Amino acid sequence: MVVGKSVTRVDAYDKATGRAKYTDDLCDKSALVARIKHSEIAHGFVKSVDTAAAEAIPGVVKVFTCFDVPNVPFPTAGHPWSTDPHHQDVADRLLLNRHVRYYGDDVCVVVAENEVAAAQAERAIRVEYEELPFVLDVQEAMKPDAPQIQENFPGNILGHTSVRKGDYEKAIQEPGLIKVEGWYDTPTVQHCHIENHVCYAQMEAGRVIVTSSTQIPHIVRRVVGQALGIPWGKVRVIKPYIGGGFGNKQDALYEPLCAWLSYMLGGRLVKIDCSREETFVSNRVRHAIRSHIISWVRPDGTFAARKLECFSNQGAYASHGHGVNAKGMNAFPQLYPCDNVECDSYTVYTNRPSAGAMRGYGIPQAMFAGEAHIDDVCKAIGADPIDFRRSHVMPQGYVDGFSKNENYYDTFNQVMDKGLILSDFRRKQKEYANQTGPVRRGVGMALFWYNTAVWPISLESSSCRMVLNQDGSIQMQTGETEIGQGCDTAFAQMAAEALGIPVEDVHPVSTQDTDVTPFGTGAYASRQTYIGGFAIKQTATLLKERILRYAKELTRQDVSLLDIRDGKIVRTSDGRELMTLGELATEALYSLEHSEHLTAESTYQIKNNAYSFGCSFAEVEVDIPLCKVKLLNLVNVHDCGTLINPQLAEAQVHGGMSMAIGYGLSEELKFDAKTGKPLNNNLLDYKLSTFMDHPDLTVGFVENAEPTSPYGTKALGEPPACSGAPAIRNAILNATGVAVDRAPVTPHILFDRFTEAGLL
Amino acid sequence: MYDIKALYEAQSVGEAVSLRLEHPDAHIIAGGSDVLIKMREGKLAGCELISIYGIDALRGVALEDDGTIRIGSLTSFSHITKSPIIQEHINVLGEAVDQVGGPQIRNIGTIGGNTCNGVTSADSASTLLAWDAIVELTGKEGVRRLPIRDFYIKAGVVDLHPDEIQTAILIPKEAYAGYQGHYIKYAMRNAMDIATTGCSVNVKLSADKKTMEDVRIAYGVAGPVPMRCPTAEALAKGKAVSAEVVEAFGQAVLEDINPRDSWRASKAFRQHIAVELAKRALQKSIELAGGAL
Repeated sequence: MVVGKSVTRVDAYDKATGRAKYTDDLCDKSALVARIKHSEIAHGFVKSVDTAAAEAIPGVVKVFTCFDVPNVPFPTAGHPWSTDPHHQDVADRLLLNRHVRYYGDDVCVVVAENEVAAAQAERAIRVEYEELPFVLDVQEAMKPDAPQIQENFPGNILGHTSVRKGDYEKAIQEPGLIKVEGWYDTPTVQHCHIENHVCYAQMEAGRVIVTSSTQIPHIVRRVVGQALGIPWGKVRVIKPYIGGGFGNKQDALYEPLCAWLSYMLGGRLVKIDCSREETFVSNRVRHAIRSHIISWVRPDGTFAARKLECFSNQGAYASHGHGVNAKGMNAFPQLYPCDNVECDSYTVYTNRPSAGAMRGYGIPQAMFAGEAHIDDVCKAIGADPIDFRRSHVMPQGYVDGFSKNENYYDTFNQVMDKGLILSDFRRKQKEYANQTGPVRRGVGMALFWYNTAVWPISLESSSCRMVLNQDGSIQMQTGETEIGQGCDTAFAQMAAEALGIPVEDVHPVSTQDTDVTPFGTGAYASRQTYIGGFAIKQTATLLKERILRYAKELTRQDVSLLDIRDGKIVRTSDGRELMTLGELATEALYSLEHSEHLTAESTYQIKNNAYSFGCSFAEVEVDIPLCKVKLLNLVNVHDCGTLINPQLAEAQVHGGMSMAIGYGLSEELKFDAKTGKPLNNNLLDYKLSTFMDHPDLTVGFVENAEPTSPYGTKALGEPPACSGAPAIRNAILNATGVAVDRAPVTPHILFDRFTEAGLL
Repeated sequence: MYDIKALYEAQSVGEAVSLRLEHPDAHIIAGGSDVLIKMREGKLAGCELISIYGIDALRGVALEDDGTIRIGSLTSFSHITKSPIIQEHINVLGEAVDQVGGPQIRNIGTIGGNTCNGVTSADSASTLLAWDAIVELTGKEGVRRLPIRDFYIKAGVVDLHPDEIQTAILIPKEAYAGYQGHYIKYAMRNAMDIATTGCSVNVKLSADKKTMEDVRIAYGVAGPVPMRCPTAEALAKGKAVSAEVVEAFGQAVLEDINPRDSWRASKAFRQHIAVELAKRALQKSIELAGGAL
């Protein structure tokens, strides 16, 4: 059994030694450099552009403006394409924009022979604007007199969906109910992957080849084709190793523009390499979502009715759009089922950077609001946060009517049991009960709801190809992308297990090249280990059948008596090793009697989805006079099914917990209210938490095998980022009695809240 | 790729002075941890640079015959922190500069650059101010020395003549002998950050540890340049060590400081933190000096 073992990452040595090649390493040094001139107003129209000075700078090849691009709107979201026009992504993008909709929008692009000339030219461009009023706040943007941002969306509402269950209005008439109401804000944050988005494009034989730091090469191919108005087969996208994505690269970013530039320049090699400042503003961000929750609680602690309104700040362009907020909203009635529920989610255009996919896809926002609210309910009625959750949380056996997801196990209680032990919660809860000093400690926790992959909202399929080498090893290709999370390794383990060969004999082809890689939609929705497993198992089974059929020819034993074990053809009746797989493969290739290249390829469409639940427990020390929170401990417990590679799984959780720490305590992209200008789009002023801000991270797993998966696995990519922030917020509440209504809980916020509470 | 028009490398102080005179528009670059960032942002794009980084004579910490601590202007933060002279006589300076950026920045960044920038948030500045440091400047006329508080003119501007480079920071014996101090950097995270406010306090106690013979306090980011707090210092000087004096000292800094409202932090928040830091830094300094509240 190699599944379940912490085998070394297949790319560990190359990445640790710097041998691994990323997009910029692969780009030929002759590449022309493109630099984008971004809008310096938040909203308006470009009246004119003066490029004369820029074009006169030595080394400048060409300046393109918003007046030069084709008027072909295209969508950018990294969703599988829908052949149903009603389910297609909103096409509201052009390559460059005359109607600029946020401070940082793309207005012009300089192509030059080197970075210095490109930068000089970008500064030399003069843009004249007709300025329009702008709006940054989501609810302000919903007002009748708000500036209108997208022509096809009057009122700025990109999406509005609802959930109705029972009769909320009637239920709240019940006498004796306690009303608990809260507003909760989550911030605009950015993914901050270490490798900024970079891509380069050139033409060959009438086709455009784009190499990009992307999570979704096959989707980018389609979007480039759409944006340029060329057949999709004329586009080839190559995805090498990438330095993280976290959802930002689950969008077509500058690949369409880069491809167009090459096309306009006779196929010359052109590179777009985003700066960190651009990555913060002109790529994608996480939706800031404001949630309004009302719970009507009976004196016995049960819910009579619950209501949620959530307002998602989309920014200027649709990108992933309403799907993010809708996912968060749909978690609400499921996590704590209640007979009478009303939910409304709105996704609203504003003059901010476009929000797209980011690790958790609406769930970190929903869990911050929802789990902070649960602790507020507990405070209001004097309930214990653990006991209350145990009484109300989704029970074992719950089935969601839409997705048909089933909660097969008593997961929530199991992860809480484990988390209580790992965090020593009960002892600390007692110890911190009656503090009065300036420095106080507290403990808090939060659950999270998550579901794997995108079925039944979108397509779920995976394709895999396996090719047998002369020595009995295989190359394996899938459309699923390695983005640092370690899927190449997990897939190698799955393939080795299914084929009966050593894991070292599986060579995953890490690079996706849409010309040669089987179709797959890429890394998102924490889907790949679950989804990829189906195609790997099926393809391995196909290959194994072909190998054993060939083995029958060589050994004259019936296929039913043959198996592959540890890379050897074995007669199962007596366990005798008949030959090695390498001997078979060499014979199969070079045989003068029957030469055959043993390969297999298949697609598996998945019409299932799987819940993946867990929780976080936090312990904080709050220095009230300094308005500072020190995170002393953070524990995450996950039920992501059977672990494929425990060490990689734990590392994945560490990364998500780290994101949750920043989300809870320090990270926020800020904007100047007067101009809409981003204020802190760099890693000094944007307070990504550092190693020094982290406690030791503790990870626990409850391994309930997922019955729908051939390997018993389900989501772990995004879930680790979902519950840490509300757990920290609830620990601060426990320590100080102050219920903070927004993330991140910065010293500035605590100064205000502690002052209001009379603690300062 | 940086947009640099020309780079002139000085091998000696004399050569640096000559280059300054020959290229009056050129900027001085030492470790580059500020200059290169500005160039990347386009602020100094296309400028000429005079590099003084190769002048090894400006590196190192030494104790002069009269007890003056001499810190060559090119001494890196990490070398200051590890210097036995600093550790013995003015350990707080080593602690303060150990909070600059991250390890790489502390290896390349210099104390001369940190002060010549003229920025209020420099981690070395408040401690140097609080210890009455002297800035040594060398130009065509020779050496000029002035108290660091006079070196700072306004935000981003220091008293450096067109022919000069800063060659050393000096701390006279009377400024450090018998003093103990503590620096608190208040920032939004525990590393890789710029101070929201920084407070450096030192104290000289009487032989019986009961009286504060002298108290000095300086802030970064409490005004446009690093600043001392004369009102608070006068209030505490000569007083008995007590919690009441520490409290009054903290409140008194509000008479002296002038933090601004900005998107990074509100004035009210900065004032609140400044008071709290003053109290904590004084208390810690008293403890380091052998006193007790």
